[in-house]
Amino acid sequence: MKILVCISHVPDTTAKINFTNGDTEFDTNGVQFVINPNDEFGLTRAIWFKEKQGAHVTVVNVGGAETEATIRKALAIGADEAIRVNAVPTDGFAVAKQLAEVVKAGSYDVVICGKESLDYNGGMVPGMLASMLGYNFVNSCVGVEVEGSNATLIREIDGGKETLTTNLPLVIGGQKGIVEEKDLRIPNMRGIMTARTKALNVMEPVAADAKTKAVKFEKPAPKSAVKLISPDNLDELINLLHNEAKVI
Amino acid sequence: MSVLIYTEFAEGKFKKVALELASYAKKVAESLGTTLTAVTVNAGDVSELGKYGVDKVLKVTDSKLDKFNAKAYADVVKQAAQKEGSKVVVLSSTTDSLYLAPIVAVGLDAGYASNVVALPVSTSPFQVKRNAFSSKGFNVTELTSDVKVLALAKNSFGLAEASGAAATEDFAVTLNDADFNIHIQNQEKASGKVSIADAEIVVSGGRGLKGPENWGMIEELAGVLGAATACSKPVSDLDWRPHSEHVGQTGKPVASNLYIAVGISGAIQHIAGINASKVKVVINSDPEAPFFKVADYGIVGDAFQIVPELTKKLKEFKANNN
Ligand SMILES: Cc1cc2nc3c(=O)[nH]c(=O)nc-3n(C[C@H](O)[C@H](O)[C@H](O)COP(=O)(O)OP(=O)(O)OC[C@H]3O[C@@H](n4cnc5c(N)ncnc54)[C@H](O)[C@@H]3O)c2cc1C
Repeated sequence: MKILVCISHVPDTTAKINFTNGDTEFDTNGVQFVINPNDEFGLTRAIWFKEKQGAHVTVVNVGGAETEATIRKALAIGADEAIRVNAVPTDGFAVAKQLAEVVKAGSYDVVICGKESLDYNGGMVPGMLASMLGYNFVNSCVGVEVEGSNATLIREIDGGKETLTTNLPLVIGGQKGIVEEKDLRIPNMRGIMTARTKALNVMEPVAADAKTKAVKFEKPAPKSAVKLISPDNLDELINLLHNEAKVI
Repeated sequence: MSVLIYTEFAEGKFKKVALELASYAKKVAESLGTTLTAVTVNAGDVSELGKYGVDKVLKVTDSKLDKFNAKAYADVVKQAAQKEGSKVVVLSSTTDSLYLAPIVAVGLDAGYASNVVALPVSTSPFQVKRNAFSSKGFNVTELTSDVKVLALAKNSFGLAEASGAAATEDFAVTLNDADFNIHIQNQEKASGKVSIADAEIVVSGGRGLKGPENWGMIEELAGVLGAATACSKPVSDLDWRPHSEHVGQTGKPVASNLYIAVGISGAIQHIAGINASKVKVVINSDPEAPFFKVADYGIVGDAFQIVPELTKKLKEFKANNN
């Protein structure tokens, strides 16, 4: 089985979010970047397939050279090889287009994406990629098993879960549950050393026009201070929720 | 030219998000000087849509579509958009609609913006404001394609009633076998419980509740408010509560109107998941808990005394106000 894991390089979950250049760009100053958490769950599942059932795992990122540290981390976790498509991601459509080329060139059986990245929260790449390729697609995936060319998946639905079957080739939009957090791997010294010898191939992008562009960023309006209510005066809370906030 | 929406119908009625979607899209249609069409799949009585501004309903009825199937439903939305000549297609942010939207966008060669929180900043160029960075910021996105697909964030617009009745038209779609490559084997849904995704109010408990045996009071408070219950990550890690209740950066996002956090410290990863909630109430014994910095209303005190008392008072309030 050939698995491709698409990884996005995003600000660490605790990063302070600021904008620069007249609020037209995300300020990367002092920000630590990590593998997008939803993608990391998918990567761990791919490594599991490799170890338990045999699979070749490639990771791919569409991004500038600055994302290579994130890609190396994926190699240190256990991916066999990596591809960086040398293009600054503009929008989900353009990213999906680049990824589609990679998938076609490598004829992967299973493509695992995170259901959304934690920076732009677009949630569009996996579905667009699957559509461009004509592959089967399961989003919000919290479980996957593959046997031969058949796959059984569990998908989150509002208020529950459903089990689905389909066949390969397949694109997955994954999230926590595809593996549990306790099963995530931290690269060990040996992983880090061998990652250095693994191939990180740089591919030049194909022409792909974005269909959207981020024109401006804003921070939420500063919040007014919390209104403290005495524990002895819960009627006041109810009154405020009813008359001021109008939520009950 | 109509603006098109896909309205979800379940258990005999339209979901509230579908009515919010109609309310929103009506305003978008007005600003574009056009009408609003809704497409429905196997819906019964669709008259309610007219009350929220829908001018025309395209009713698709097909037993092959009894179960949700993203690819086939995307064909429905795409063909409806083509029929109406729609340049703007808007969907909700339910799990199903978010599954559909990117497929629809590729089908219509359209740009797509999810998490949209307000009416377009401008319609020419077409710019919308959306949540980004787990609601720690907003991003104004311009859609440069001819056709545009949007997904409206939950509870970001509210309901706006209109006077009017929608014309209905049966609409037949062409489906192909490849649409049905994915087979649903079974569904598990928690019945009789409000799900976090649909909830207007969420009552959430953290490690401050000490143990699973103390969740009765959280459930009771949620019961009075018709709320969903949720928890912080350590609580689900400890198996005090199911994983489906874990909210936050690595759990579920919550965009309710009211979020009540009991015994939760307010770590940044937790807050990331609830930023989009409108009103936040925090009950915590530690006045230094970081949650107070993001809360609208706070009570410093012992949850074990406050929650039962609050539940009692809310019961009285509900009895007098209903
Ligand atoms: C990569 C990463 C991702 C994470 N993702 C998430 C996530 O998605 N969601 C999430 O929730 N966390 C997440 N976390 C964990 C997060 O950092 C915190 O550890 C967690 O939110 C703390 O949960 P808590 O507030 O319930 O527990 P605690 O930190 O133990 O806080 C308990 C609170 O209860 C209060 N309390 C105690 N007794 C009482 C009482 N009798 N009455 C009232 N109050 C009382 C205390 O004052 C305290 O503030 C993540 C962490 C990491 C590193």
